Amino acid sequence: MSESTYKTEVTIKNPEGLHMRPAGLFVDLANTFSSEISVSHEDVSVDAKSFVQVMMLAATCGSRLKIQASGTDARQAAEALHALVECEFSDDSTAVSEKEG
Amino acid sequence: MEIRKGIAVSPGIAIAKPMVVDSKDYRIPRRSIMASQRSAEIQRLRKAFSSAIDQLQGIESAQDIQEGKIRDIFAVHMRFLKDRSFRKRITDFISNDLVTAEYAVSTILREIASHFAGIDDAYISERAADIFDIEKRLLTHLLGKKQEDLNHLAEEVVILAADLTPTQTAGFNKSFVKGFATEKGGRTSHTAIVARSLGIPAVVALGDMSSEIPPDCVVIVDGNRGVVIIDPDADTLKQYDVYAQQMTQFVHQLGQLRELPAETRDGLRVRILGNIEFPDEAEQVLEKGGDGIGLYRTEFLYLYGGQEPTEEDHYNAYAEAIRVMDDKPVVIRTMDLGADKLPHAGWHANEANPVLGLRSIRYCLQDLTLFKTQLRALLRVSVLGDVRVMFPLITNLQELRQAKMILRDVMEDLDEYAVPYKADMPVGIMIETPSSALTAPLLANESAFFSIGTNDLIQYTLAVDRANEHVSTLFSAAEPAVIQLMRSIIQDAHRGGIDLSICGEVASDPEFIMLLLGMGVRTLSLAPPMIPEVKKIIRSVTIEECNRLAREVLTMDSSRQIKNFLRDAATRILPETF
Repeated sequence: MSESTYKTEVTIKNPEGLHMRPAGLFVDLANTFSSEISVSHEDVSVDAKSFVQVMMLAATCGSRLKIQASGTDARQAAEALHALVECEFSDDSTAVSEKEG
Repeated sequence: MEIRKGIAVSPGIAIAKPMVVDSKDYRIPRRSIMASQRSAEIQRLRKAFSSAIDQLQGIESAQDIQEGKIRDIFAVHMRFLKDRSFRKRITDFISNDLVTAEYAVSTILREIASHFAGIDDAYISERAADIFDIEKRLLTHLLGKKQEDLNHLAEEVVILAADLTPTQTAGFNKSFVKGFATEKGGRTSHTAIVARSLGIPAVVALGDMSSEIPPDCVVIVDGNRGVVIIDPDADTLKQYDVYAQQMTQFVHQLGQLRELPAETRDGLRVRILGNIEFPDEAEQVLEKGGDGIGLYRTEFLYLYGGQEPTEEDHYNAYAEAIRVMDDKPVVIRTMDLGADKLPHAGWHANEANPVLGLRSIRYCLQDLTLFKTQLRALLRVSVLGDVRVMFPLITNLQELRQAKMILRDVMEDLDEYAVPYKADMPVGIMIETPSSALTAPLLANESAFFSIGTNDLIQYTLAVDRANEHVSTLFSAAEPAVIQLMRSIIQDAHRGGIDLSICGEVASDPEFIMLLLGMGVRTLSLAPPMIPEVKKIIRSVTIEECNRLAREVLTMDSSRQIKNFLRDAATRILPETF
């Protein structure tokens, strides 16, 4: 598989924004991919695999997130994360594997 | 002797030596290391992280933590500790700036905490407390100290602290910790939840207690009345010893007292209801001999979990309490929070004066999605028992009509899906502002009942914030203005032919019971632990005595005079309680 970079944008629609539980789901999902993934909100760009960094984005409902993935599974990663935000972090849509950082 | 009034969040009486827990600062001085010590320092940091993780896993599995919320807090800690980039930031700081691991941990965590604290979103900014807890956890391991002395207590103590962190409360040795008293916190703070789950008394929001606590003194934590007494004098201590014994006796007598009606000596029946915060407290109301629930606060649904509660969350929480109460009344109050407290309402601008701001019913009338979710659940549970809904902070008829109109909207929605509900579910309001008190005759025409919320009524009438230590002594239910207002509300309710209850703290203040009865109150709603005591008072008086007392109080012109008079009267009638 070849290396590639894939970008996507998505707006947070769930009322509580990227708080503890959603941020946790987001980071857990990001960690299931080998690509390097960044997520940015306004001018701040952080590592999507770091819970602390994602929390510090303080993205609330209505925030526009830019997701960028680079690596062999870049496209899958970006699409999966996009879908997670899009479906408002509903539990059933995310088969999240337990990964320890 | 120093008497502090706070908020009672967990019932019971504890008398023991104080243990002051410093939850504020480890001050870590900046200390440099030699370049050659770098890797050793980073190794120390690594060890601290891994022992912190081990310890956390220990707490998670060993503690009898029934509350899922507390587990969630520790899960967040775990995420921080396991975050690689977070750890890298600290190790980079050590390598680049050549500082000790302690200094690096403290600096980085404080940077993160101040970042969180500065975010204009109540939910995120409150996380700052968690960060300090993580800092403390790591420093404890780095500094080689045992996790406080709290696990190694050898005698009974009550814990005094600025605010307790989840780690501290979870680490307590249950058999030696007899009570909590904290300077900060609220009804729904972590300290409150943990105290309740451990079954020990707790009083929070006591204000600054750091002013010297004498060595070898004793502290009384009265989780029934919300009072903490530091270094009590011999008389007070004796009174409380007696009170604590009485409380124990009450517990024994409950079987008896529970079955007895709350009836005056001359046969007037008074209804005593319980105020509850969480569904599991409904049991306690029955155990203590309550006739129902007069105030079911629903704020906890919004404060935990970090997201807006779903209709099912509401439904389950209400249904649980209603089933326990069977056919006894359950008055459920709709959301009574300010925008400043709502985790998901973070985009609201900071309010200069939140108490007079967008809160409670005002917020609900603007956020109809949130309001309708709660109302749908309320209507759905209405078929399960004697459910009544109560709107808080109504200040005029307009608001009441608006709220009722939205309720009717929701009824129509339910009709469409043929969901059953009780169309005649009683709808009442809290009277807790001077404006609603003054227009009570109008409001009575369109309400099924009134409930006087004395805490807010006092605050708004006297313009006193009781959490503000500079003016808190001005906060008194015995102010003639407050008593006049209460009396006129009671009379207006009687004239309007609607039910009236008192659900503020006054309803559980032994000194006020006679006055309330004398002014015509026949329903009291109070914290469940106080029910036996209030019942006992009611059973010791005659309505004649109460009427006479009320008439006299209404001629008095100062809160001091009224307070002394009420105390004397209560002491005469029930010397053993005072």
